[in-house]
Amino acid sequence: MNSDITVQVDGVPRRLTVDTRTTLLDALRERLGVTSPKKGCDHGQCGACTVLSGGRRVLSCLVLAVTQDGAEVVTAEGLAARAATTDGRHDTDARTATDARTAEERHADGALHPVQRAFIDCDALQCGYCTPGQVVSAVGALEEFARGWPSAVTEGPGAPRLDRAEVAERMSGNLCRCGAYVNIVTAIQQAAGTGPTGTSTAGTEPAGTASAGAAR
Amino acid sequence: MKPFDYRSPADAADAVRSVAGNPGAVFLAGGTNLVDHLKLGVVEPDLVVGVAALLPGEVEELGGGALRIGAGVSNSELAAHPRVREWFPVLSQALLSGASGQLRNMATVGGNPLQRTRCVYFQDVTTPCNKRRPGSGCSAVGGWTRHHAILGASEHCIAVHPSDMAVAMAALEAQVRVLGPDGERVVPFVDLHRLPGDAPERDTVLGHGELVTAIDLPALPLARRSAYRKVRDRASYAFALVSVAAAVEVEDGVITDARVAFGGVAHAPWRAYRAEEALRGAPASEASYRAAADAELADARPAAGLDGGNAFKIPLLRRTLAAVLRGLAGEDAR
Repeated sequence: MNSDITVQVDGVPRRLTVDTRTTLLDALRERLGVTSPKKGCDHGQCGACTVLSGGRRVLSCLVLAVTQDGAEVVTAEGLAARAATTDGRHDTDARTATDARTAEERHADGALHPVQRAFIDCDALQCGYCTPGQVVSAVGALEEFARGWPSAVTEGPGAPRLDRAEVAERMSGNLCRCGAYVNIVTAIQQAAGTGPTGTSTAGTEPAGTASAGAAR
Repeated sequence: MKPFDYRSPADAADAVRSVAGNPGAVFLAGGTNLVDHLKLGVVEPDLVVGVAALLPGEVEELGGGALRIGAGVSNSELAAHPRVREWFPVLSQALLSGASGQLRNMATVGGNPLQRTRCVYFQDVTTPCNKRRPGSGCSAVGGWTRHHAILGASEHCIAVHPSDMAVAMAALEAQVRVLGPDGERVVPFVDLHRLPGDAPERDTVLGHGELVTAIDLPALPLARRSAYRKVRDRASYAFALVSVAAAVEVEDGVITDARVAFGGVAHAPWRAYRAEEALRGAPASEASYRAAADAELADARPAAGLDGGNAFKIPLLRRTLAAVLRGLAGEDAR
């Protein structure tokens, strides 16, 4: 059972025919060669496949590609270009005209999203497998935070403060088997401008702070 | 995965016709549970009918403090809605305690209450399960029961309902608006989910082809003083061992009214009517909280299991209820 869909992936409209059983993750990786979303658990439990769809972070392993006809999908590869536009959305025509390049060529220019830059600055990774999902999730989480959305650890009705407990709770859907969490939290705070400045690694707060906060 | 057709209907009535006319058809909203079940082989539909785009996506004020929540509203949008946070904090807290940021963006208000149990035997198609394959037996009875029921279970099924949102909805006396092949009807949220009895394959009272279009929250002033507390094996992104949704009204140190529901302990969100009855007119005190828990848990039946069983849920739930009520009473306690 096949279906024709058009999905905008990292600013580029892509037309393809998919079996209705195909997930967005498999369509991106196996059909379109966009391999930054990773297949970790394939059951919505690890967050490695996180992409933005319609501007919101979602798990591409639990999305049927056939439901994404007309959707705008952004992976870790498209974050820098997305950030470069003023409103966070792509100018479709301009991107299409200039983007006959492969994904590899596109990010060969080395442009990074501030969250990606912060992950490097803070050494917020070890093996790197979960990292594309982590950075996309962090971008989504920071936009949710900017909208004033609360989390389970937000206290009171006012706008929350982005402390380590808030970051840890908002990022709990992204697992890191290497355990790079301490620096991931620091990186996200740095990208948001709420973390300690001038620090490239952990040590400004005890490692236990995040988990103790999240357990409230 | 078995092949299936996909349809994206024009409107809700069209979606209902598509599913009602085909016993092998299912609705697909956020997909967080169904897509996983397609992969696992737990469900094998002939036709998947996408409804996410056509369900109402707005939270509407009905006047007097009541809200109508479109079935297409995401869990994250509902949790962040200013009126929900102000008037029904228990609901916002329940939503935020569930799943992860990504899943809450995908999950819908209509789909969340209809998610299936996370019983490991239900999800493992190689094991007998009366809910998945009626009459095949229950692998959880005498198996691993840490996450299973202590209230309202049967010999055929000891699974629990996994939703946090549903526990708050049960306490808040929500009303479920349903569109079916014979038109619209309204189902009280507390009547939506069934206890397993001898038909655990049926989670809810909805018929095939009935589509949840909205959930109404009636005005409930006491819900401004409400809270949700979830106890689980890790601090975030895990299902409840037990959870408590509660709202109280306290005057002069006396609880004048209360709403209480439990999660993680039954096949349905468990509205704790007996606890509410015990609380009404009682002093806001530790003794009253314990008495309310005892009243509700008198019929609790823990399940023995390979992992030591789940009798721990009884004292855990008793303490969790007391903690929530203590927090809500605050300085008004005696």
